[in-house]
Amino acid sequence: MDILQTLKDLWEGSGFQSFLVDGGWKNLIMIAISCVLLYLGIKKKFEPLLLVGIAFGCLLVNLSYFGPESTDALYHPDLWTAFLDKNNEFYHDYGHILASGGLLDILYIGVKAGIYPSLIFMGVGAMTDFGPLIANPKSLLLGAAAQMGVFLAFFGAVLLGFTGNQAAAIGIIGGADGPTAIFLTTKLAPELLGPIAIAAYSYMALIPMIQPPLMRLLTTEKERKVKMEQNRVVSKTEKIIFPIIVAMFVILLLPSTAPLIGCLMLGNLWRECGVTERLSDTVQNALMNIVTVFLGISVGATTAANSFLNLQTLFIIVLGLTAFAFSTVGGLLVGKLMYVLTGGKINPLIGSAGVSAVPMAARVSQVEGQKANPSNFLLMHAMGPNVAGVIGSAIAAGFLLAVFG
Amino acid sequence: MFFSLIAAQTADSGEKISIADAAVTAVFGYCVVFFGLVLLMGVLYLTGAIFKSREAKAAEKSAAAKPAVNTAPVQEATALPAAPGSAGHVKLHGVPDKEAAMIMAVVADKMQTPLNELRFISIKEVK
Repeated sequence: MDILQTLKDLWEGSGFQSFLVDGGWKNLIMIAISCVLLYLGIKKKFEPLLLVGIAFGCLLVNLSYFGPESTDALYHPDLWTAFLDKNNEFYHDYGHILASGGLLDILYIGVKAGIYPSLIFMGVGAMTDFGPLIANPKSLLLGAAAQMGVFLAFFGAVLLGFTGNQAAAIGIIGGADGPTAIFLTTKLAPELLGPIAIAAYSYMALIPMIQPPLMRLLTTEKERKVKMEQNRVVSKTEKIIFPIIVAMFVILLLPSTAPLIGCLMLGNLWRECGVTERLSDTVQNALMNIVTVFLGISVGATTAANSFLNLQTLFIIVLGLTAFAFSTVGGLLVGKLMYVLTGGKINPLIGSAGVSAVPMAARVSQVEGQKANPSNFLLMHAMGPNVAGVIGSAIAAGFLLAVFG
Repeated sequence: MFFSLIAAQTADSGEKISIADAAVTAVFGYCVVFFGLVLLMGVLYLTGAIFKSREAKAAEKSAAAKPAVNTAPVQEATALPAAPGSAGHVKLHGVPDKEAAMIMAVVADKMQTPLNELRFISIKEVK
């Protein structure tokens, strides 16, 4: 046995050696970024359930993938490039992925096929009480208004030179809805999945910092002090009929929303119908947790250094923040309009909750309302626009998918 | 140079679109979202109205069907005077008196309002 040759082979096959050749330094930067994301998830509790998984997926891929020759890698971006290339023999060939891919390639099939985001939506539906929305259907207007950032960021992305598909995927960050952003990006611009998912989840975690300055800037003290009347009680039958009606209307209007809206409403029907408690419980807890594990780690895997470290990522981060800010502004402006039209009965602060991000955005409305008037309880009123935002962002995604898909 | 730098890095899913197309798509998309949700709002108002009228009819029927003897104790109960300094009665659902008192005190403290100026209708434990 030639010990020196063996040592040389071991060194050449190691990741340490790969850091020193052919842009391997980029992997080191990504490893540092993944550590920062882990810190934000664990220490600062920024959407930890997903961000910790995404960060660790990022770490794993950048420890094992240094280029197409990295056969032992957990995730192979080149396999997916071939999968998406119409001229390649492996175009849309899942068999090739299963035969040649690593662990994370196989888990990523669930993202690529749109399975994980839809199942997450099922869990979200099973956990959401649409009562405040049913009691006050006007909330839907705020949910619609708060999609303004989606379309402004889309326009901004086109101005910056992104393609239509990429711009649509970037714009949906403004919907403040992680599963929807992942679903649309996977369909329209899979090469941007890593930065878009990280931007979406990071900004969702930062909502308590992004929204309050805008809320104070766009509303007066008098408006923030408005106490809203208690919503009417919603009957059980109404809650059961709601998911069926929403599924019928929205899917008929935009069939491309079927996976998201269908799963959201099925989960909600299981919750409300009263005869499927076991299923509702499983979807809310066991299934949601399992899918979160797979989704986080496989989305993180798409952040291979070569595709992540570029100017595009920087623009996505900036455009994502713009999208969030303008969505908040859109909701607040329509909230102010409703305040005027109802003679001061609606507190415009609930408009900012239209950006989805359940229930974080509604909590921000509650906190800001209570700062202006300690006897103000806006939480249940803000939950209406908040869940309307989930439906609104799914419709926005469905529209963009119909146009660019 | 700036725009070409972005373009060069694009792996290119889809094609570039003109600024005019992007503007039309953005405005149209925003309108579609509004249209969809306004449509849904109309449907929810309609179903809400149907349910409210059904509930009102059911309430009328049950009120008419109630025997006259049952109304006397109810009237007596509602006629009871409230405790001094209080603002009515509070219904407790699975909550001990002591805990209810604590909850009311905490709410009054948070709202910075004297307890006797608040009206608690019911307190229910959510399990």
